[in-house]
Amino acid sequence: MKSIKLALSATICAAAVAFSAGVQAADLTMGISSEPSAIDPHYHNLGPNNEVRRHMFEALLWQDETQQLSPLLATSWKPTGETTWEFKLRKGVKFHDGSDFTANDFIYSACRIPNVPNSPSSFSIYTKAIEKIETPDSHTLIIHTAKPHPLLPVELATWGVISAKANGVTGNLTFDKSGCGISSWPKTADFNNGKLSIGTGAFKFVEYIKGDRLVLARNDNYWGEKTEWDKVIMKPITNSAARVAALLAGDVDFINSPPTQDLPNLAKNPDIGLAQGLSNRVIYLHIDQYGPSSNGVKGTGKPTSKYEGEGPCASKECDKNPFQDVRVRQAISKAINREAIVSKVMGGVAVAGGELLPQGFFGTNPGATPEAYDPAGAKKLLAEAGYPNGFELVIGTPNDRYINDSKISQAIAQMLTRVGIKTSVNAMTKSVFFKTRNKYEFSVYLAGWGAGTGEMSSPLRALVGTRDKARGLGGTNRGRYSNPAIDNLILQALATVDDDKREALLQKGSKMAMEDYAILPLHFEVTSWAHRKGLTYKARADQYTLATGIKSAK
Amino acid sequence: MLVFTIRRLMQSVVVLLIMSLVVFLGIYAIGSPIDILINPEADIAEQEAAVRRLGLDKPIWTQYWVFLSSALTGDLGASFVHNEPALTLIFDRLPATLELAVVAVGLAIIIGIPAGMIAGLYPDSKVGKTIMAGSILGFSLPTFWVGLMMIMVFAVMLGWLPASGRGDTVDLFGVPVSFLTWDGFTHILLPALNLALFKMSLVIRLSRAGTREVMLQDYIKFARAKGVSETRIICVHVLKNIMIPVVTVLGLELGSVIAFAVVTETVFAWPGIGKLLIDSIGNLDRPVVVAYLLLTVTMFIIINFVVDILYSVLDPRVRLENTKS
Repeated sequence: MKSIKLALSATICAAAVAFSAGVQAADLTMGISSEPSAIDPHYHNLGPNNEVRRHMFEALLWQDETQQLSPLLATSWKPTGETTWEFKLRKGVKFHDGSDFTANDFIYSACRIPNVPNSPSSFSIYTKAIEKIETPDSHTLIIHTAKPHPLLPVELATWGVISAKANGVTGNLTFDKSGCGISSWPKTADFNNGKLSIGTGAFKFVEYIKGDRLVLARNDNYWGEKTEWDKVIMKPITNSAARVAALLAGDVDFINSPPTQDLPNLAKNPDIGLAQGLSNRVIYLHIDQYGPSSNGVKGTGKPTSKYEGEGPCASKECDKNPFQDVRVRQAISKAINREAIVSKVMGGVAVAGGELLPQGFFGTNPGATPEAYDPAGAKKLLAEAGYPNGFELVIGTPNDRYINDSKISQAIAQMLTRVGIKTSVNAMTKSVFFKTRNKYEFSVYLAGWGAGTGEMSSPLRALVGTRDKARGLGGTNRGRYSNPAIDNLILQALATVDDDKREALLQKGSKMAMEDYAILPLHFEVTSWAHRKGLTYKARADQYTLATGIKSAK
Repeated sequence: MLVFTIRRLMQSVVVLLIMSLVVFLGIYAIGSPIDILINPEADIAEQEAAVRRLGLDKPIWTQYWVFLSSALTGDLGASFVHNEPALTLIFDRLPATLELAVVAVGLAIIIGIPAGMIAGLYPDSKVGKTIMAGSILGFSLPTFWVGLMMIMVFAVMLGWLPASGRGDTVDLFGVPVSFLTWDGFTHILLPALNLALFKMSLVIRLSRAGTREVMLQDYIKFARAKGVSETRIICVHVLKNIMIPVVTVLGLELGSVIAFAVVTETVFAWPGIGKLLIDSIGNLDRPVVVAYLLLTVTMFIIINFVVDILYSVLDPRVRLENTKS
């Protein structure tokens, strides 16, 4: 008994000591839902990596909470012609190893990006517009592009600069597309063990144990506003219930994406604070508009012509594709009660959408409203299109990728069934879902899109543009909608440096796509973060969780 | 003994080969990791380039051949996700899992065997019945739920123990372990107990059944007649004789605890290989999954081998030459 008492009091003492130590040292422990695949800032262009990169490695420009560009390593930037840009670099910036940041480091990083071995998703999509870089002095960059390229500044906000010197390159480099005459590149593993994790950011690398923690320390020589945290410890806790429990137990101070069903309880808890904000991620339905027949449709009769090209209907007999008729697409849009999905399925933590980006983002049409719920109108349209008795439909959906993804699909299936389209849901884990989608097996599928650039060109180019490798359009357009008029608008916008003109083109493109029901936006996710009382976090539209944005409440 | 070992080895190689082929084809059938790993902003040209970089554009048989020929030199390939050798990834995280598994199985033995023997010796007493009822809960409640409940009670409500993670570690012979630091010890307690519950119930049931059976045997009666003390009868004669089924089951369970502690590791965010496996399957990270399962199979083969040898130690009547491997 005595020993039990001893052990108990020892536990309490240890807990008390740990707690007080935590407070004094100003450490911040975060529970994050997914871990980066590497610390190497150029290895993998994906959310968790980009999050972690922003702590240690800085880009030329910063995207703020609403994805507006602001100066970071570059103090100013402007187009000096249709295809040239001038960037003035910040002076007096030092890398974590004490060396100076110059234009040479930028060039070295741009040279390395296409040369990262085995990169599962390369940042070269953000460097390939660069044709030539001139450096009139050590802190000025003149960047030439082959064609007018208005997205250059935002692309230069997406990747971090590493030190040329720390990687053994001392002479002045000349940029070219084939690797700048450098034969040996740093290895990804040397960033994970900290040897080369040398950036200019507000945090320095301390320790990375995969699956356990990433520890960062404050960079006391940081050029900008220094963070208040001595140390930041990021722990991957992939299970969302466990993540919430860790916050409630006080193991972590801050977590991202708490599950929506826990939000009401967290909001009531006096020890917990929530940060919430509208994200740039739209949840949408893509509709197969490619061939005369479609795989997931039944009861529409024989197709009028033979199916040609990629897809399951090339090798088997499918029923007629009703979605080539715009009235059917419109009927589906009218049959969906977006407000009900937002309030019932999403618990109010979403905003119904009428375009592919929320209001206020670059390229959206002011006042674009979500399609009104109109089941009678939907039935009428279906009858006009020749389907008075509807048809059968299977919609595909992931069940572990977006917030409540499969529940949304089930709600939609019920709504469509109500207007006569007997709909069933085929929900699957994301790895299977993406493969099935990429083989065009779905007639209708639910997915999401976050616009990395924060402007309409991103979803239009990837989701609405006709699939075309040479022109770089339609990368994720697996509904295979195709409209040359919209394609031209997108390409024109992507080559218009003047912001006002570009916005007008994008607005027009977006309006046309919505009027043609090319793709059906459902809602925009609202991202949530939960933290112990006494902290604040400004919600970010790009859904990133950044320790630089976590502050003690004053 | 030698014949036995050689036969075992040859069978093992065949098992490993079949295993690698099945996993390889299985993951290939699920899909391409690029579909998940690539940034959606990537255009079609970059999507194709990424597929080429990882060698996924080649026919499956070529890919398997490349894998097999480098596997023979001890290289099981680099992770698609982390671009580090799959074996390095696994061995980096193996100590955490081994530690958890050893502590869990240790708990199962230390608590399970005495409890089972008590229940076997006094089957009609209140204590015996309580132990048996408890053991039913132990293997019928889902690990996932019990883990979350433990976190709710001990971490959130009482605040005694941390909810997740591994805590401080110290190096023991160059391997980081956490049970030697106070912080690490408090971290391992809940997940180990969670993992141990099922095995503990199993051990309790096996020891109880064994004890009841052994107590009726002639040699126990003879020992009693000879005047051997009750303590010696229980601690030597009974204990040794109930150990055979316990060792068999624990051997296999140790293997499955090491290889598939996935649920516990996920709930407690324990940085072990179970979590690595589940993440790798989710990302279709084929090299890691294949290497992992090959290691697992090897481990099971070794454990079975050790169990067979332990039999002959525990029971001199068992001759390995006669054992069908």
